[in-house]
Amino acid sequence: MSRQTPGRSKGLNGWLLSTPALILLLLAASGPLLIVAVYSVLEKGDYSGVRWILSGEGWFRVLFEKDIFDQTISLADANLSIFWRSFKLSIATTVITFAFGLPTAWFIATRPAKSRAFWLFLITIPFWTNLLIRTFAIMEVIRNQGILNTFLMHFGLISEPIQILYTDTAVLMGMTYVYLPLMVLPLYAAIDRFDFRLIEAGYDLYASRWQVLRGVILPIIKPGIIAGCILVFIPSLGAYVTPRVLGGGKNMMIGNFIELQFGQGQNWPLGAALSTVLLLVVLVSLLVYTRASSRDNPNG
Amino acid sequence: MSTNIAVDARNVGKIYGNGAGAVTALGDVSIAIEKGEFFTLLGPSGCGKTTLLRCIAGFETPTTGTIHLSGRDITYDPPYQRPVNTVFQSYALFPHLTVAQNVGFGLKMQGTPASDVAKAVERVLALVKLEAFADRLPQQLSGGQQQRVALARALAPEPEVLLLDEPLSALDLKLRKEMQSELKRLQTETGITFIFVTHDQEEALTMSNRIGVMSAGALLQVGTPHDIYESPVNRFVADFIGETNFLEGEVEGGQVRIGTGDLLAVDLNGETGGVTLAIRPEQVSVKAADAQLSGKITEATYLGTDTHYTIGLGDGSHLVARVQSNSVAAFGVGDTVGIAIDAKAVQVLKS
Repeated sequence: MSRQTPGRSKGLNGWLLSTPALILLLLAASGPLLIVAVYSVLEKGDYSGVRWILSGEGWFRVLFEKDIFDQTISLADANLSIFWRSFKLSIATTVITFAFGLPTAWFIATRPAKSRAFWLFLITIPFWTNLLIRTFAIMEVIRNQGILNTFLMHFGLISEPIQILYTDTAVLMGMTYVYLPLMVLPLYAAIDRFDFRLIEAGYDLYASRWQVLRGVILPIIKPGIIAGCILVFIPSLGAYVTPRVLGGGKNMMIGNFIELQFGQGQNWPLGAALSTVLLLVVLVSLLVYTRASSRDNPNG
Repeated sequence: MSTNIAVDARNVGKIYGNGAGAVTALGDVSIAIEKGEFFTLLGPSGCGKTTLLRCIAGFETPTTGTIHLSGRDITYDPPYQRPVNTVFQSYALFPHLTVAQNVGFGLKMQGTPASDVAKAVERVLALVKLEAFADRLPQQLSGGQQQRVALARALAPEPEVLLLDEPLSALDLKLRKEMQSELKRLQTETGITFIFVTHDQEEALTMSNRIGVMSAGALLQVGTPHDIYESPVNRFVADFIGETNFLEGEVEGGQVRIGTGDLLAVDLNGETGGVTLAIRPEQVSVKAADAQLSGKITEATYLGTDTHYTIGLGDGSHLVARVQSNSVAAFGVGDTVGIAIDAKAVQVLKS
């Protein structure tokens, strides 16, 4: 019995010590989220802000619009196309970063231990550069008089510049570049733990290269794959700077659309409802992730 | 060539790297392993036995030479095209698959229908007595059980040859003994050719039909356990297999004069000049009275049924004798004793 007392007081101390952090988290993270959730069910103010009257208008406007003349209700095509573009570009970014990230992570994990730190350093360099600067650097590469077009025209591969800037392709290139490290790092961590002798065991048991990849390597590094995909997909879905700079005004993603509602659009409830939708998508993704990774590790 | 040969390695060599930094892992090894044989490659670590095994499995490509399996050249075939399976030293079980899925992996990859895979898995798991563990994950099993799963997984596709890379080295002594007889039983029951790699000479002697002793990338001697133990071809083999006394000597008129000046009448086997006599401790008898040689006991170790005596000879060399504890009166350290050596059992090796 006496053995329990120090343990219990230690637990109590632990709670006491973490109280400031808990209060900060509650105020700084949950508080604003709560405000957003509340704003989404209020009526929009005349110019901006909200009126403290309960209203479903914000949520209604996420998917529908009302004709101003005859009041008929129809699906808001513009909103839907923005959701679709955001989803499409985020999935594409995730797939492309995975396709590039897996070989890269594999390459780093199979280097001698000494040089791995160097390769990881190269991967993380972009993290220490301002996002805006990186995005403008991409712009410099792909704009009509940029490096890429100049190069292609110089060698006669094309006769006039390809319009990449201000298209979905530009946004995709930018997001792939920005989020690639977020894919490589968890993949590297998973491959680093992988027992390479299992590949020989697979070959020994009549599995071809493809079957070893599909039946042995991918299932074992699955937690890393899921982590990487979540880490890329979530910020891609809410991306703001990249689509704004590289996509121009008309190729909006959800992030830009939300900003529009709080700014020019002067529709805070709609912006708040859109933010909440985005938040829910993120929460569901995280739930899928924790479910998938806990099923893989029955012991830990 | 004989259809009785399972694995026929001809002049196999393996060199890692090139130029000045090249390392020869395997010299020029030729070996023919018969069908249904329990063949052991025995040698100290780094002798090339594992490299040879990996060449047969297909994980390494020999730098020189060829490997034939049942008459077919498989030297350059990838491992997944060889009817050869391996039991890995680390077991290398797939952590994400259950025991049954691990065992069925090879058959599944070969495209065997699921119902046949299930039947085969059941049969093989019964063979290694793990039926009750089919749905467990490898990390939920003990080392000995994992070992059996590895064995079952390699046996399930019914390979022509089973390669075992020091599979028992991670087990404790008692479990190792059990697995030794288990392996022998499985080999007899399945009739599959086993090629077993080990550095444990006792393991090799008790399990094998034939043993190949390797050192520094070369195959020194191939023979039955009896041949290898009783007639080692050189000092390395004699020293590696069991305990052996070595006495240096010179051939002199049909006998050998050893360091103490005594002449020993042994079967010279045609050797002349400087020779080394290899004498097993059990072939040395210790007597109270004068005999061929005499010496002083420097160490006496009682081992139950046997007693080991280390006896110092006149010239400073030592002989170890193993005598049954009840056959002679016990001697103590410091006693001067007579030594008799069974001349027929002495191996004369070139120095």
